[in-house]
Amino acid sequence: MEKVIAGKTIAVNDEGYMTDLSQWSPEIANELAKEASIELSPRHFEVLEFLQNQYKNEVPLTIRRVGASGVVDIKEFYALFPAGPLKMSSKIAGIPKPASCI
Amino acid sequence: MSEYNGEIKKMMIILSKATLDSVYAAFVLANGARMEGIESEMFFTFFGLEALHKEKMEDLHVATVGNPAMHMPTMLGGLPGMEALATHMMKKEMDKLDLPGVKEFIEILSASGVKIWACRLAMDMFHYKKEDLADELDGVLTVGDFYQRAKGIGTHMLFI
Repeated sequence: MEKVIAGKTIAVNDEGYMTDLSQWSPEIANELAKEASIELSPRHFEVLEFLQNQYKNEVPLTIRRVGASGVVDIKEFYALFPAGPLKMSSKIAGIPKPASCI
Repeated sequence: MSEYNGEIKKMMIILSKATLDSVYAAFVLANGARMEGIESEMFFTFFGLEALHKEKMEDLHVATVGNPAMHMPTMLGGLPGMEALATHMMKKEMDKLDLPGVKEFIEILSASGVKIWACRLAMDMFHYKKEDLADELDGVLTVGDFYQRAKGIGTHMLFI
């Protein structure tokens, strides 16, 4: 599936998650965040960068690992991405939807 | 009239047991709700209070007697050390899945916005004081108080 966002065409799956991280850019992130009613701050981008690195290193994401990362604690993670932090942040970071139950 | 599409808005989870499997089921459900952006509150009652008790929370066990899913004859399950062995094996598996221990799990739940309530009646029955329970405790409620908090469209209640 394809989607035009921030003047670019990106590949997404049926849930709107990007399927090619190399197409990601901060501008695209801003637009994806707007769809989730979030205005991205520099703090958001620090978290997105961490998530992308975890994905590149093939580390499965859990709330616990994000909380223990030293980048953001769990409370702030929820404050930054209120309606489901792990899924929402992954979507904006351009990485696949996490399959974790915790 | 507004249309309600059946969306879950809030989970009210009552934990009445302190076997390790029950406690983790309740914790994963409460945490999983928050991960979906769903509000979530927990009410610890009767033996469920042990999961909140500072001195007992890290020493919860799997039940080997009266638990047919253990596939173990009841007589065997009652032998000394069997429960500890089964618990040890289950904890090892949980470690592999990156599941936190009970204390850390309660910290995660609280940081995630899960409200943690203890049952007034059960507190009186076991002679527990607030100080005996995890610092993350949000308060001690009567069952009526808990029901009042469940108000609103899309609230679901679970008893474990």
